[in-house]
Amino acid sequence: MSEQDKNLIFECSGVYKAFGGTQALQDVQLQVKPGSVHALLGENGAGKSTLMKCIIGMYKIDRGTMLYNGEPYMARSTSEALGKGISMIYQELNIEPFLSIADSIFLHREFVSGIFLSKKKQNEEAQRILDDFGFNKKATTLMGELTIAQCQMVEIIKAVSYQANIIIMDEPTSSLDNTETERLFKVIRELRAKGVAIIYISHRMEEIFEVCDEVSIFRDGRYVGYYEIGDVTQDQLISLMVGRSVESVFPKVDCPIGDEAIRVENLSGKGFSDISFSVRKGEIVGLTGLVGSGRSESMKALFGLDPLASGTIYLEGEEVKIPSPRAAIELGIGMVNEDRKNYGLCLHRSVLENISLPNLRASQPKLFLNKKREAKEGGDIAKMVTVKCRSLEDTVYSLSGGNQQKVVVGKWIMSQPKVLILDEPTRGVDVGAKAELHALMSKFAAEGMAIIMISSELPEIMGMSDRVLVYCEGKLIGEIMRADILSGKITQEDILQKEFGA
Amino acid sequence: MVLGMTTSKQVKARMLLGKYGIGIVLLFLMLIIGILEPSFRTGTNFLNVATQVSINGLISFGMCLVITTGGIDLSVGAQLALVSCVLGQLITKQGMNALLAIIIAVLVSTFLGFLNGILISRFHMFPFVVTLSSQLIIRGLAQIISGGQSIPLQSTFITDVYNMKLLGIPFPILYLTVATVAAYLILHWTKLGRYIFAVGGNENAAIASGVNHYWVKTTVYMISGLMAGLAGVIMAAKTGSAQSNIGVGYETDAIAACVIGGTSFAGGEATIPGVLMGIFIIGFIYNGMNLIGIQSYFQPMTKGMVIILAVLMDMFMKRKNA
Repeated sequence: MSEQDKNLIFECSGVYKAFGGTQALQDVQLQVKPGSVHALLGENGAGKSTLMKCIIGMYKIDRGTMLYNGEPYMARSTSEALGKGISMIYQELNIEPFLSIADSIFLHREFVSGIFLSKKKQNEEAQRILDDFGFNKKATTLMGELTIAQCQMVEIIKAVSYQANIIIMDEPTSSLDNTETERLFKVIRELRAKGVAIIYISHRMEEIFEVCDEVSIFRDGRYVGYYEIGDVTQDQLISLMVGRSVESVFPKVDCPIGDEAIRVENLSGKGFSDISFSVRKGEIVGLTGLVGSGRSESMKALFGLDPLASGTIYLEGEEVKIPSPRAAIELGIGMVNEDRKNYGLCLHRSVLENISLPNLRASQPKLFLNKKREAKEGGDIAKMVTVKCRSLEDTVYSLSGGNQQKVVVGKWIMSQPKVLILDEPTRGVDVGAKAELHALMSKFAAEGMAIIMISSELPEIMGMSDRVLVYCEGKLIGEIMRADILSGKITQEDILQKEFGA
Repeated sequence: MVLGMTTSKQVKARMLLGKYGIGIVLLFLMLIIGILEPSFRTGTNFLNVATQVSINGLISFGMCLVITTGGIDLSVGAQLALVSCVLGQLITKQGMNALLAIIIAVLVSTFLGFLNGILISRFHMFPFVVTLSSQLIIRGLAQIISGGQSIPLQSTFITDVYNMKLLGIPFPILYLTVATVAAYLILHWTKLGRYIFAVGGNENAAIASGVNHYWVKTTVYMISGLMAGLAGVIMAAKTGSAQSNIGVGYETDAIAACVIGGTSFAGGEATIPGVLMGIFIIGFIYNGMNLIGIQSYFQPMTKGMVIILAVLMDMFMKRKNA
């Protein structure tokens, strides 16, 4: 073991990192050897990206040690990390559409002569790098003209071009097709042969087995294990990642299920195709799948926020068209968006105004607002979802995340919709508030509401749903009944395998 | 405190101060001018100021709605000129009935506001760019219609619009009162008002809540056009002539009144009482400096400094009361 220790290019141990009250990393460790591809595995929010951002200098660790080539290591900024030979390909692409590929690759380290850019030299150098990669584009092409996958390739080329000793890849293949992925793997193998260490984050199990040498597993901000890839099976990895059983924090109350409330047939649009399912009154249907699997995309399109390419929607048996959220609301469909800040709230307006916004058309038919009625109805809702605030006039901005989420839920239940779509309804909500929101869902279902719930948290999906629909790569690939979950016939591992398309 | 309890008086008072802290600036300003110049403190002078600010007042309320959606309307000054030239052409040159001419002129400015709104909402163009261009187009139209000449407006109906009094109160003060009440009701007591706040506060969230943002934006620019048109009629009545070079820089005073009155340039925050106070602060700066006998060259500078001070103070008080 001690011989191996000397061989490590990077190691960290006892790393802690908290954001506000949330402990993102707890006593985490990682050992990376040069000339190897090291996979990081874990569910969303397990702490993989946080640890990587600590290494690259975006976050500062609270506690713990990091060693790079055996020396204590700390980067205060990404440029410092780059200078020390650590580069990273980010999960979320930041594309500057008006920069050329060459400008993009050499951003912040431009070729200069005196105070002027030496464009010609830069373009030649960039072209040479692109050709080396077999990337069939001119270096002067604008980033805006490339597809997302091509932009991703440019990011990869850029990260590699730093001649780094360690390259961190956070979901590098998320938008690549098979041939591009193959090309990336070829590059990874070449880099490995040159002695570069690669830290590889991916949710795609098969990639990990194809290209990685070793794997560290994270769960809930903690390190749970390390394996050589040859010593472990996919099933073992999945159960290590999940590691929990369905807990009883989900007070799902079974209730009679009524007639069909909504049915969609062959919905297709950007990021999903051929989605068909129906939800009955009183039923909670859970939609699960990886981020980008089409679950949120299809529901946003159903609600009229994004365009629908094709497909038909039946509400209580009648065909309806939903070109805009306004139309959806008028038909009795509400949607709690996963993106609270962008699509959920007007942060600088009051709790009351936020709650009543989608309901004004229905509850305030007169020219002038009946503010008494508004305060009464809004106050009742705020009490029902137990928003904690000084007064209804408080700006939503002044509330905690969990309370903001309750306001979003509140604004959609006020009109008692026939169909309620909840996209990650408990994201960023503490345990207590979570249980309250789950209790509310059961209550609404019991009152005959049809509920579609999207969640990345499998325990939540399995605990709350009468039926689970599994999305994979834009398609619905499976349906699981509650009885099979309760009887233990279907486990979290089974669902996760489906999500990964295994 | 858990929700459901009544808001305490202290909290309410602090919220009021946060919202209308600018009133303190207004009182302070009046106090200083009042001490320096006794003639400032007379009833006649207050009526004078209120009459004078009516034109900027009308424009400011329209501007306030626009800014609250996150936009801006730079075309209002030019709208004044166009309305006066349309009046000159129709009444003096064509001999049209004055009331009919007023209606047509105001319809023209409202329609131009509608065009601004369509370009901004439907074509997603930047409000600054659209209204900067339409400002040039509208002023150009005014010059073409008038041929660059000043046309006298001899109709007594027109001049009465400015000069008539009701129970000793000049008509422009009545217009300002009506406009204030109307703007207050629109912004604070109608669905449209709520939608204006929502679109300006977070357009995506507004759309996801079923707000028709196209309609909201188009409507506010229409209202701004309408208000500028009405202000143009008052202006024409005041000067008794149609000129294509009037109203230059009036958008600045309107924007200033809004900003002083706590209208957030980021959108989503404004109060009509605040804007009214802003309108009077601008008015008192002009009036006070004239009375005290300070050269007019110093006026723009003072106005600029007061705006910065007022906004700084507003921010300071809001932070304290947040």
